[in-house]
Amino acid sequence: MTTTTLTPSTPTAGPPRSTSGTVAPRPRSTQTRIPLTRLVGVELRKMFDTRAGFWLMASLVITNLLATAAIIVFAPDDQLTFDNFAAAIGAPMTVILPMIGILAVTSEWTQRSGLTTFTLVPHRGRVLGAKFLAATGVGVVSMFVALAVGAVGTLVGSAVAGVDPVWNVSVAHFALIVLGSVLGMLFGFMLGLVIRNSAGAIVTYFVYTLVLPPLLGLLAANQKWFADLQPWVDYSYAQRPLFDGTLNSQQWQQLGVSGALWFLLPMAVGLLVVRRTEVK
Amino acid sequence: MLVMITVESLTKTYGRAMTAVDDVSFTAATGRVTGFLGPNGAGKSTTMRIMVGLTPPTSGTVTMDGHRFADLPNPGAEVGVLLDASAQHAGRTGREILTLAQRTMGLPRTRVQEMLDLVSLTSAEADRRVRDYSLGMRQRLGIGTALLGDPRILILDEPANGLDPAGIRWMRDLLRGFADQGGTVLLSSHLLHEIEVIADDLVVIGHGRIVAQGTKADLLAAAGTLARTRDAAALARAMEQAGLTATVHADGSVRTDASPDQVGEAALAARVVLTELRAAEGAGLEEMFLELTADTQREGAAA
Repeated sequence: MTTTTLTPSTPTAGPPRSTSGTVAPRPRSTQTRIPLTRLVGVELRKMFDTRAGFWLMASLVITNLLATAAIIVFAPDDQLTFDNFAAAIGAPMTVILPMIGILAVTSEWTQRSGLTTFTLVPHRGRVLGAKFLAATGVGVVSMFVALAVGAVGTLVGSAVAGVDPVWNVSVAHFALIVLGSVLGMLFGFMLGLVIRNSAGAIVTYFVYTLVLPPLLGLLAANQKWFADLQPWVDYSYAQRPLFDGTLNSQQWQQLGVSGALWFLLPMAVGLLVVRRTEVK
Repeated sequence: MLVMITVESLTKTYGRAMTAVDDVSFTAATGRVTGFLGPNGAGKSTTMRIMVGLTPPTSGTVTMDGHRFADLPNPGAEVGVLLDASAQHAGRTGREILTLAQRTMGLPRTRVQEMLDLVSLTSAEADRRVRDYSLGMRQRLGIGTALLGDPRILILDEPANGLDPAGIRWMRDLLRGFADQGGTVLLSSHLLHEIEVIADDLVVIGHGRIVAQGTKADLLAAAGTLARTRDAAALARAMEQAGLTATVHADGSVRTDASPDQVGEAALAARVVLTELRAAEGAGLEEMFLELTADTQREGAAA
């Protein structure tokens, strides 16, 4: 019979264990507060860095080109004017931009990446502010891309048809169109903030843009009191003059009043709720 | 021993009926790994979410090196956090997730590759989208994100989940090294064995309340001795005659607070043959854990 002597082993291999108090704490590195510009940069990057995000952005340009091509091919020669190009390009923009606004906010909750985002920056107002600025920036820039595509379309279209290009959109008109498109985008942003769920916010957006207006229109057609009230309380109704290019002072006031009701108020409520809610 | 994390009287209630965290106080010290142990639903994750500001507490405070988490100018560079490895945008690549964190913290770009190397994610894996990652890969990525800012404190919720045995060993060595270099580690687990091998200090929680805390050595010392024999009843009698407490367990083992020495003497005197005699270290913490949480669990079941 042989005797085997086993060397004692401990359950933990690797470096020796520390005993209490023998390890000096690591010195604290000096840190500066994360600047807002950096946060805006990160939020911008987040809008492009997924396949879905990238194609959403790409679809802005693609629909611009398709709309321009469609006008050139189908519109009669005397309709090859800049405002028609602008209108054709603007239609898909008013759908896609709000989607970008919605997803910029909701993906943090639906995809749960907010756990990391709000831990690295434990100030939700700052993160959402950065998202707001990034979304607005994307909205404005994409409108200028649309302007460029529309201008090229007008030149090419009139050259193909052999007519003189018609530049019938003024700078002021374009500025109003940009404002209208960005307001639509920010409405999506607000819905994202209040609902914090991608599917829910998108459905709500389409109910708001496709279902609500005809119902309110019906009400206005049948009820005299509402017909007078509608411009003041119907936000999308009040936004329509923006795309036509002129607003009188009363229409600006109506835009302000209905915007406060449909946009600023829910946005404020959403911000208050988001700051106190749990991120899981 | 320098206290780094201080949790004081933390309470979180949902409505009137549900108390997820009930007056929880504990500390975690520099150079030590503090294990936060409790069964599922005990309040570990809620406590950790409160610590980093994701969940507002009903009352109580948490400070890291004397500061509230929200007051840290660049939290990621001081406290590395991993709460849920699956909570990432499924459409981003692993490298992109690290890059977003690197940019947020304002770190040099080279840190991203350094972390990928550290957590052993290959370039091909890093460029895949997270939806195609296994849980183990997500944990590695999460640990990489937590370490990215070269923090002094680590807060990890169930970091061993989904790791293979080699991965668990790797993580254990990593956290040990982190603590030995003067870092502070707080990690939670519902797996006793995992905590037992790595932690220096233990905080045991059950149904939102702290049920035990102290150094692992102290908590284990209370565990006593385990003995086996062909006649458990005879051994228990012999031990009681010798003035020792004895409990016969369903698996046929006899356990006691007494030392193996005393149990051996008693068995010899009564001429009882022992088939096993050892300090109940391995099973000790499990015993304690089950005991300590049994009461609260029964309460929960009755309610």
